[in-house]
Amino acid sequence: MNRLILVALLLTVSGGSAVAQSVAIVGAKIHTAGPNGTIENATIVSVNGKITGVGNNVRIPTDARIIDASGKIITPGLFSPLGRLGLVEVSSSAGPVDSMQRGTQFTASFDVADAYNPRSTLVAINRIEGVTRAAILPSAGSVDDFGNHGHVISGLGAIVNLGDAEAMSDTVDRRHAALVVTLGEAGSEMGGGTRTGAWLALRNALDEAVDYRDNKRDFERGLRREYVYSAVDLDALQDVIAGRVPLLVNVHRASDIEILIQLTRAYRISAIVAGGAEAWMLADELADAKISVILTVTDNLPGNFDRLNTRRGAANILAQAGVRIALTDGQSQTHNARNITQSAGNAVADGLDWEAALRAITIAPAEMFGVAKDVGSLETGKAADFVIWPADPFELTTYAEAVYINGVAVPMQSRQTLLRDRYLDTESTTPPAYRR
Amino acid sequence: MKRTRVWGKSVKSRMVSWLLLATFISACGEEAVETTPAYASRYAALPGTATLLKGATVLTGTGERLDDADVLMADGRIIAIGSNLEAGEANVIDASERWITPGIIDVHSHLGVYPSPGTESHSDGNEATAPVTAEVWAEHSVWPHDPGFATALAGGITSMQILPGSANLVGGRSVTVKNVYGRSVMDMKFPGAPYGMKMACGENPKRVYGGRGQTPSTRMGNVAGYRSAWIEAADYRDQLAAAKDGAGEAPTRDLRLETLAGVLDGEILVHNHCYRGDEMAVMLEIAKEFDYKVTAFHHAVEAYKVADLLAEADTCAAMWADWWGFKMEAFDGIRENAALVDKAGACAIIHSDDDIGIQRLNQETAKVIGAAARVGINIAPETAIRWITSNAAKSLGIEAMTGTLEVDKMADVVVWNGNPFSVYSKAERVYIDGALAFELGNDTLNPVSDFTLGTTASAGGAR
Repeated sequence: MNRLILVALLLTVSGGSAVAQSVAIVGAKIHTAGPNGTIENATIVSVNGKITGVGNNVRIPTDARIIDASGKIITPGLFSPLGRLGLVEVSSSAGPVDSMQRGTQFTASFDVADAYNPRSTLVAINRIEGVTRAAILPSAGSVDDFGNHGHVISGLGAIVNLGDAEAMSDTVDRRHAALVVTLGEAGSEMGGGTRTGAWLALRNALDEAVDYRDNKRDFERGLRREYVYSAVDLDALQDVIAGRVPLLVNVHRASDIEILIQLTRAYRISAIVAGGAEAWMLADELADAKISVILTVTDNLPGNFDRLNTRRGAANILAQAGVRIALTDGQSQTHNARNITQSAGNAVADGLDWEAALRAITIAPAEMFGVAKDVGSLETGKAADFVIWPADPFELTTYAEAVYINGVAVPMQSRQTLLRDRYLDTESTTPPAYRR
Repeated sequence: MKRTRVWGKSVKSRMVSWLLLATFISACGEEAVETTPAYASRYAALPGTATLLKGATVLTGTGERLDDADVLMADGRIIAIGSNLEAGEANVIDASERWITPGIIDVHSHLGVYPSPGTESHSDGNEATAPVTAEVWAEHSVWPHDPGFATALAGGITSMQILPGSANLVGGRSVTVKNVYGRSVMDMKFPGAPYGMKMACGENPKRVYGGRGQTPSTRMGNVAGYRSAWIEAADYRDQLAAAKDGAGEAPTRDLRLETLAGVLDGEILVHNHCYRGDEMAVMLEIAKEFDYKVTAFHHAVEAYKVADLLAEADTCAAMWADWWGFKMEAFDGIRENAALVDKAGACAIIHSDDDIGIQRLNQETAKVIGAAARVGINIAPETAIRWITSNAAKSLGIEAMTGTLEVDKMADVVVWNGNPFSVYSKAERVYIDGALAFELGNDTLNPVSDFTLGTTASAGGAR
């Protein structure tokens, strides 16, 4: 390639990611979700995509654009703690769903980050309502037409930002943010029909990863026994057994969670419980084991025998015991990741402290996935991800007025707003295809 | 989708029959109960006392909002609504700071037919063995011990329509129930409610049967399937009518055609699962060809594209607030859908199709209010409440009996501990036919299904 063109391209790329001009938002009530708590009549300043100050006495750079947000509320950008954002457009009968792999060729090494599409329709639809970061996770595979089933170990999740792909140099913040495992009733289907089989599959993977680590040279020389898992899968497991990457475990029943607690101690690994319908019954034990819980707030029906003791109010019970929690809307936490504000509001209605609920949809998931030094709360040095709201963001009638990701205000437009605007004028005589 | 014809030809005469029967029962005492026809409602209201709710913000469901108003209920009916009502013998409840609405009605539920736990052995909602199964009645699948009835009650649901699933072009009859536990579905059936019939457009039928190499495998196959069924049904109806006039023999009774003919006779209401606007338009053409009415489109994700057609046909659109993208025909869902339908003068309804969503139809409605406000459409609470009360009642053919707070209507009433469109508000008291069926925080008034006995749900967990 012509060197000049290459230089021009590089400039374009770096220019594209540097559009985050300095901005100061003044006069708002700022919920930082950080150590500074909530600050009235406060200012937040963003320079080059980072927060340079939050509070009442903040220096505003002379070149900063100043935006008056008196009477408004500012929160950190919302963090969707699970789901398949950017891995799916339409869930069924409409092309690939890139969160699911079947068969046992790859398990732990299946990395969804390679399939993330920052230009997915879902991204804009969710970010204009305040979602700025998301965990995207592989999902447990159901059996396909060829009889291939998913595996107890579904693969690696990633953390993405929902920034405008044209403005961001990179939308994947962290690869290998968690290793997804499915146990309990759902896991037993993939573990040969019993939950014992699922546990065996997981324990064997961890044992092989340890053995592989300790005998790698012999393994490469062919002097070690055959492993069930491939070398790429065992490589992917190394960060897990080293405690650097948590297991994210889809599990509901209290007895399974008890075994999980024992397992994390035995292997000295860290874990996050996702779903966790009966997790509240083990609130103290989970707090003691430092296992976080991603909870489906409204899931109060026994959909199967793993969830007989599911209940409303679990978020508060877990939080009171000192368990770190994140909140979700369950199944819809992909297309409607935006509804985590509703999940937070319902948790508050069921007794959770308002600020705790805000943390549960911002800083807490950032901590769970190891990205809290960069995102999740409004603190100096962190990414300038924040949302300006006209009123209480948990209220269902409240919609975001402005959303900043890495200091850039995202365009408040999505495929849904375009559709809406096309059909808004019900009296129009112009055919819809000519309305823009 | 499921109404027995035992009550007569129209909603009005059906109501008269019911009232006559009720009078007969009360006049003759308990011995007269045997006279109820097969499959008829055996619903009996819970014991209640005359109650005066004082000093609340009342959304009547008729489009009115009354501030600092009282609601008086007795003998299962609304007796009066207004200011400073006399209590008389009634139990007085201070409802200041509270909001009162009609009981919430979900027009699209699968409680009982797809109950919790959702085991394979409980999968009773789709008779997916032939594209037209008008002969099946959802009520014969309803498991009355579904824990979901109790949790729906805590969300203010007093009545609901339970439908067959959407695997088939014609899925069978629906049933409308009062949200009370009973030993059988007959104990729950809404007295005097007409039957509905479930139809389904689009992806589901063609996927289910196309996947087996059968018809329908395309949308055009779907339409041919409906039309063929209506041709048979019209013929059956004509033969029956002729036989009645002494011209020829009556055909052998056919359950499948009996339900379809019930639609053509206007006795059974069509509830049509249909996502896309263009398909709704085609379904209205089929209704024109065979001279029946589509009472409501359900899951009408694209209703906003054809809102004027719906208004013209007097067809309701039952919608989710924001579900979208789970299949191709749901790709164009927008949050303003219900508001645009309402704005066009059509009958907008928010429905659940979900055992979790049914617990918060008020919240789903609130999301639409907020979305509409973004584009300058102001929906007042007194308007929005109609989407989950009176408009829902209209589509079920029970609007003369419930769905609004008006004198003489059934006292199906919810007292909310705040504005029902706030995420923080909960139903505090739910009355069905004037009886207190649920009270927040009161275990003795928090019904427990047989299934959840001994779990935390029975101690108030699954609220």
